[in-house]
Amino acid sequence: MIKVNLRQLRLLLTAHIDSLLLNFILALMVLGLVVLYSASGQDLGKVTSQMINMVVALALMWAIAHVPPQHLARLALPAYVLGLMLLIGVALFGDISHGARRWLNIGITRIQPSEGMKLAVPLMLAWYLDRREKTLNFKDFSIAALLLVLPVGLIVKQPDLGTALLISAAGFYVLFLAGLNWRIIVGLVVTAAASAPILWSLLHDYQRQRILTLIDPSQDPLGAGYHIIQSNIALGSGGVFGKGWFNGTQAHLDFLPERTTDFIFAVYAEEFGMAGNLILLTLYVLVIGRGLVIAAKAPTLFSRLLAGGITLTFFTYAFVNMGMVSGILPVVGVPLPLISYGGTSMVTLLVGFGMLMSIQTHRKLVQS
Amino acid sequence: MNHPTELKNNQKELYYFRWRLGIAAAIAALLFTLLVGRFFFLQVVQHEYFSTLAENNRISIVPVVPNRGLILDRNGVVLAYNYSAYTLEITPSKVRRLETTINDLAALVDIQPRDRKRFKKLLEESRNFESLPIRARLNDVEVARFAANRYRFPGVEIKARLFRHYPKGELASHAIGHIGRINDADLEQLEEDDEMANYRGTDHIGKLGIEQSYEKQLHGITGFEQVETDAGGHALRVLSHRPSTSGKDLTLTIDSRMQEAAERAFGQFRGALVAIDPKSGEVLAFVSKPGFDPNLFIDGIDPVSWDALNNSPDKPLNNRALRGQYPPGSTFKPFMALAGLELGKRTPSYTISDPGFFTLAGNTHHYRDWKQGGHGMVDMKKAITVSCDTYFYSLANDLGPDNIFNFIGQFGFGKKTGIDIEGETTGLLPSREWKMKRHKQKWYAGDTVSVGIGQGYNLATPLQLAYATAILANNGTPIRPHLVRSVRDAGSSQAQLMPIKPAATLNLKPENLALVKEAMVSVTQPGGTAPRVGANAPYLIAGKSGTAQVIAIKQTEKYVESKVSERNRDHALFIAYAPADDPKIAVAILVENGGHGGSTAGPIARTLLDFYLLGKLPLPLTPPAAEEGEAHD
Repeated sequence: MIKVNLRQLRLLLTAHIDSLLLNFILALMVLGLVVLYSASGQDLGKVTSQMINMVVALALMWAIAHVPPQHLARLALPAYVLGLMLLIGVALFGDISHGARRWLNIGITRIQPSEGMKLAVPLMLAWYLDRREKTLNFKDFSIAALLLVLPVGLIVKQPDLGTALLISAAGFYVLFLAGLNWRIIVGLVVTAAASAPILWSLLHDYQRQRILTLIDPSQDPLGAGYHIIQSNIALGSGGVFGKGWFNGTQAHLDFLPERTTDFIFAVYAEEFGMAGNLILLTLYVLVIGRGLVIAAKAPTLFSRLLAGGITLTFFTYAFVNMGMVSGILPVVGVPLPLISYGGTSMVTLLVGFGMLMSIQTHRKLVQS
Repeated sequence: MNHPTELKNNQKELYYFRWRLGIAAAIAALLFTLLVGRFFFLQVVQHEYFSTLAENNRISIVPVVPNRGLILDRNGVVLAYNYSAYTLEITPSKVRRLETTINDLAALVDIQPRDRKRFKKLLEESRNFESLPIRARLNDVEVARFAANRYRFPGVEIKARLFRHYPKGELASHAIGHIGRINDADLEQLEEDDEMANYRGTDHIGKLGIEQSYEKQLHGITGFEQVETDAGGHALRVLSHRPSTSGKDLTLTIDSRMQEAAERAFGQFRGALVAIDPKSGEVLAFVSKPGFDPNLFIDGIDPVSWDALNNSPDKPLNNRALRGQYPPGSTFKPFMALAGLELGKRTPSYTISDPGFFTLAGNTHHYRDWKQGGHGMVDMKKAITVSCDTYFYSLANDLGPDNIFNFIGQFGFGKKTGIDIEGETTGLLPSREWKMKRHKQKWYAGDTVSVGIGQGYNLATPLQLAYATAILANNGTPIRPHLVRSVRDAGSSQAQLMPIKPAATLNLKPENLALVKEAMVSVTQPGGTAPRVGANAPYLIAGKSGTAQVIAIKQTEKYVESKVSERNRDHALFIAYAPADDPKIAVAILVENGGHGGSTAGPIARTLLDFYLLGKLPLPLTPPAAEEGEAHD
């Protein structure tokens, strides 16, 4: 039965779709719609609009999957430079919303350039390191690190800590996979630990508050600690098998903030319990596993680094969001990948998966 | 030593990459295991504890909306207040099938399609579990009918809410303005001002006039109640309470009786009137005719009323006093005269022989006086009294555009007056730079000549004219005009007067001021252009009439022939202050298509002055008839 389905899909979507990866993604999306229906208070309009987001994102994924990796490599530099210019544009002329300067008004619409950098940065680093493959010395890594620090610095300044974190992670993964010297990594960790007090002084008040309330949420139960306490109660009261679909009291009595976006995992965990969490984690592991296999089999350094970087960034999304909701990481604005309501992150994620599929399917074509 | 980056062998490189990938995968696996551990701790080990918390976690925070401050006239007459009425409200999160519930409710209370539309919009905008109104202002029968059927409607409640009302309707509507439902643009502004928390539970915000510009004072501070709810979200008891602080009451500078007298004096005419106490800057009357009923706008105006207001040729929504820009015409002349005296271009006795026109040197073009054949021998006092154009043509030419711009600008022309409501226009006092920027043309001598009699590029709002007159009446000391006299904390009897900060007095010679003022008095005496204004008055009135030519209205094609001509008639202007020796009131009046200033705008001025200075209520208006001697401005 499953075999028949796979064959049909393959026929339908041509040879450039990695059906294994697609199935895992679709499973996560379906799960996401199920949770969203409950989290939104059974708002069919919201579910429909999320489905539209998904269809658009899937179509983009399909299109990107058809672009051969060597063409993707050619896009790296223009995409990166454009992204960087837009970020500078945001810093100079950006619109302020919620106290942060993240949006750029380009006449017809407002765009958030930092979102595109989530893919442009790993693309750029993979391309650059691939070009320097023959030498790849300390100087090359230094330049690559600079290419990473530039956009991240601009995004931290906006301020958008969540996105800055994800882009730093994506860039670091590419450097790490390219063979960044262990001593440098250890050195970085030590420097980071040592410079923590300086970083602390550079943080915005609300960012500091998030870290403080993580350490002791009860000190501010109606303010910043409220989210963490309430989402912990949601998870804990869910128990092993959960309270059942639509039965989460935390979610439906309005104790959960942002319950269709950043905190949707709390709704899920309350209604489906630990068992549900393990199912979700398994699906994430399958997606990540498939991505790592694609990276391991990739033929060129560029495609390896890109596939590895994208996959590990996806892992970071999932881990940071679930860690934040379950109270082991500070609250940063990172959505739960493929589950949270919202079109922007859905598109970024699936374009990334499109690149993975391109790397996988074009390799196969080359070999056959 | 490890030199991985120097590996050349492809196979070895791939092997090394996979080794690194493996390390990353192992770390990822470790972190996911950590998450599983956290889940286990929360969901299995501490499950009992958190279940109890969730069970008890039924405390919600409900905003307590403050009373909006009242708006009173200077004598305490209420112009805007709040009344309590019942609304039918639905808490969407507690209602299973919203559409069916609303249909069932419609059988008990009157629910119009418009109510449904509005509810749907509210539903889209709200994210939390506050209750949303489906019908406002229930009558007693509806309240009783719903109360009897209440058990059928879980999640639907009747609540007492406050509604805004403007008891005087159109009166001073352009000054008071109105409130309206908070929309997306308002939300954005509130977010920017960091006011979102204070507006939780608030549905309305000031949109226009004083309601808008004094929003901060009028709104007050929202309080909060911590309410324990049962599983269904029904309030059981109040645990703690932080009361709201009501908004502040505003006392206006406007006298509503005088405002009413002024509005009535306009009759069917369109136009504007601004009266200012020159010694305090207090705006005593602020008229823009026609007005509108602000009550229509509070909960969103219905399409029929909106079309009627918006498409009316009379443009009732246009705030003529604040935003209407008209050529000041001959009301400009007293200020020109002062410029001539102060800058040494004229002496009081300097006399011209007026042939009825003026020509520039080396040019044959005749700039004509309004009186054919001229006024004979004319000195400065006579020039103002009979409104001699020729005198001011030549004066303007001698002064030049730069002197006019700099001197007259001191009286507030071409700038906002800074009145305490939003939307003021600047009018236009033309300069060489302005013309170059706007028309890409250099300034011609002919431009100066027209500017000299308040025509040409000159534009002023009625508010600006009143302000300039007040500065003149106050011997050159400008005081910013304002509409709010005092602010009072609710519950306190102590009203706080708004501070009055006079600006630096203009550097004017007393004898020059005296001459211009004397001439303005003679305008309202026999022999002047507006003798009717001063006739039989027990006090002296200083005034100046004016006429502004109408530039053809574009939409005229719509109207019948006879109307076209009416709407192309000249605008009548009149500025005045009284008593002339100790000014208590300065006023500027514009009557659209009113013909000559002395005959239509003048009588309105007199009505107002009599009311303010003598307490005399005006007689019903008789249509002004053209009189001999007032044939022109």
